[in-house]
Amino acid sequence: MTTQTGTPRRSLLDRLPILRQLRQSYGIQRGMLIAGLAITIVFAIVAIFAPWLAPYGYAQLSDDNGGFGAQQPPSAAHLFGTTVGGFDVLSRVLWGAQTAALVVIVAVVLSIFIGVILGLLSGYFGGWIDRVLVVICDAIYAFPSLLLAIVISIAISGGRSNLIGGILTAAMSITVVFIPQYFRVIRAETVRIKAEAFVESAKVLGASNVRIMSLHVFRNATRTLPLIFTLNASEAILTLAGLGFLGFGIEPTAASEWGYDLNKALADVSSGIWWTSIGPGLGIVLAVLGMTLVGESLNDLNDPRLRGRRVVAADSGEMVETSVVPAVGTHDASEGDNDDASEGERQ
Amino acid sequence: MRFLLIIPTIFILVTLVFVLMRTTGDPITAALGGRLTPDQLAERIHNAGYDRPVIVQYFEYLGGLLRGDFGTTISDHRPVTEILLTYGSATLELAIYGLIVAFIVGIPLGMWAAYRRDKASDAVLRILAILFYATPVFFAGMLLKLIFSVGLGILPVSGRASTRTELNIQFLDNPTGIHLIDAFRLGDPDAVGDVLSHAALPAIALGLLTAGVFLRLVRTNMIGTLTKDYVDAARSRGVSEFRLVRTHAYRPALIPIITVMGMQIALMLAGAVLTETTFEWKGLGFMLVQYLQSRDFVAVQGIVVLLAVIVAITNFIVDIIAALIDPRVRY
Repeated sequence: MTTQTGTPRRSLLDRLPILRQLRQSYGIQRGMLIAGLAITIVFAIVAIFAPWLAPYGYAQLSDDNGGFGAQQPPSAAHLFGTTVGGFDVLSRVLWGAQTAALVVIVAVVLSIFIGVILGLLSGYFGGWIDRVLVVICDAIYAFPSLLLAIVISIAISGGRSNLIGGILTAAMSITVVFIPQYFRVIRAETVRIKAEAFVESAKVLGASNVRIMSLHVFRNATRTLPLIFTLNASEAILTLAGLGFLGFGIEPTAASEWGYDLNKALADVSSGIWWTSIGPGLGIVLAVLGMTLVGESLNDLNDPRLRGRRVVAADSGEMVETSVVPAVGTHDASEGDNDDASEGERQ
Repeated sequence: MRFLLIIPTIFILVTLVFVLMRTTGDPITAALGGRLTPDQLAERIHNAGYDRPVIVQYFEYLGGLLRGDFGTTISDHRPVTEILLTYGSATLELAIYGLIVAFIVGIPLGMWAAYRRDKASDAVLRILAILFYATPVFFAGMLLKLIFSVGLGILPVSGRASTRTELNIQFLDNPTGIHLIDAFRLGDPDAVGDVLSHAALPAIALGLLTAGVFLRLVRTNMIGTLTKDYVDAARSRGVSEFRLVRTHAYRPALIPIITVMGMQIALMLAGAVLTETTFEWKGLGFMLVQYLQSRDFVAVQGIVVLLAVIVAITNFIVDIIAALIDPRVRY
């Protein structure tokens, strides 16, 4: 987690997270960032305008011409065909973007909120609370996230899926999985910043703990959040799809969810029905691809060691280093490989 | 000292899973509620001891775990440890195949990407790695099925072996549970081919997911070592480019790679749950989903805790291996 300290203030336009990186990027790096942004923006547009873009409702089984019929191959009326349940595949794919976006937003906002607060408190005050939280977060972190999400969704909704409850259940299951990641980053940064001179001076001046934490530490510790955010958003979509595929999805009448639709399409595949799985599957792949491209590019550009060397700006995809954060292995990797460049900043 | 963390880690995970699973109420109501009369239900709950204080049940559960008792399933009255013995080998076999695919695909491509850094082939490989990561295993599995099983008709759709081979294997004395080994013991080349053809698609689906991670990991770490002075020094001495990459740059990059790979095993287990469901590969993950569907939460809890223990132990072993090969790492 190398961040620059003591950079002079730049204009607002320059400091906006993504715009700044876009201007710093070159060549392949810029191509990846722009491609990622484009896909993500399309995903967002589809998510927002799904009701207008989709030819039918997600739970619609018939129109003026009668029922859609089950497993109908693609036709003019149903561009992607219909599912085994008789829904229009294209409509459900488009509506699925909305569900995915909602879950991701709720999950990531919740986990940032809780993770940041816990990380700040833990890093700032230290002591036994810190130690306990660290051990708990490490334990959760080592756990296969999908299994944890299953257990949590059982705890929240008893393994049953219903309306908004389904979205909330999925979001909360993903939240708990992600809290440790934010916690670790923020805590590590807090511990580092706590020792900085400006925190000392604030203390000397008589600033309260709350003020120091919210003003001095928080603002400096959250620099790396945008990129963890993008990487986690893509992971959230995969976790949601995984949950849906295992049958924890949202009922088809309540909302459309890609993983659930793929679960229903699993049997179709064996009989050669391809159109029910391609749509939702591509939905997941594109959404994750877009956000991962953005996240990786931001990650590279945020790393001063990589950004400085213009020719090699398209350096390492250290996704692991941010999303996995201060784990032993990645820590070793960054220290061992770039010790010359990062030593000064770590102090 | 760091190694001792495995004990609190397992303890926390067990407690967490227990508390979470118990917030839904007792497992018997969850599994059989609505199918039995309230009186019968109460009797079953009483017999199983679920009407006692939760804290008592918790300590009893912990005591059971220490004795290797992970509970007994409600739906088919089998000890969870027996499920592990019966189906664990299938998951292990799948995970090994997946790892082999991931190594074969991920490591050479990662080395190539690092060597050709910032060239076109590097860009293509990086995007490939992200695509591998972005494709959920079950969708990858379905695509592979559509292409190779339905479209070309050259590989089977699902299962671990055809019925005939399964039967033959069952008649072996002490089957190992690893189908490939058992097929070799049968001495029947058709059986070996049959097992391998069934394993191909699940292995690729699970392996490619991990290969993307390995590719990125090898690339990142090798870029670090390739820019080191000793690599330049070796090059100036006339060491071949192949040897430079293979030995001088790759070897020192191995330690961080191994540590992170250890953490990937957790990811692979989650991937195995999904892969097994996609291909009806009857392993632990497949059974977990079966029990989830029949709402048998004792079984679910047992399997999840078991997997957690396996992951914790694996990470522990990987840490030790990393410490053993790296003279610099001392905990």
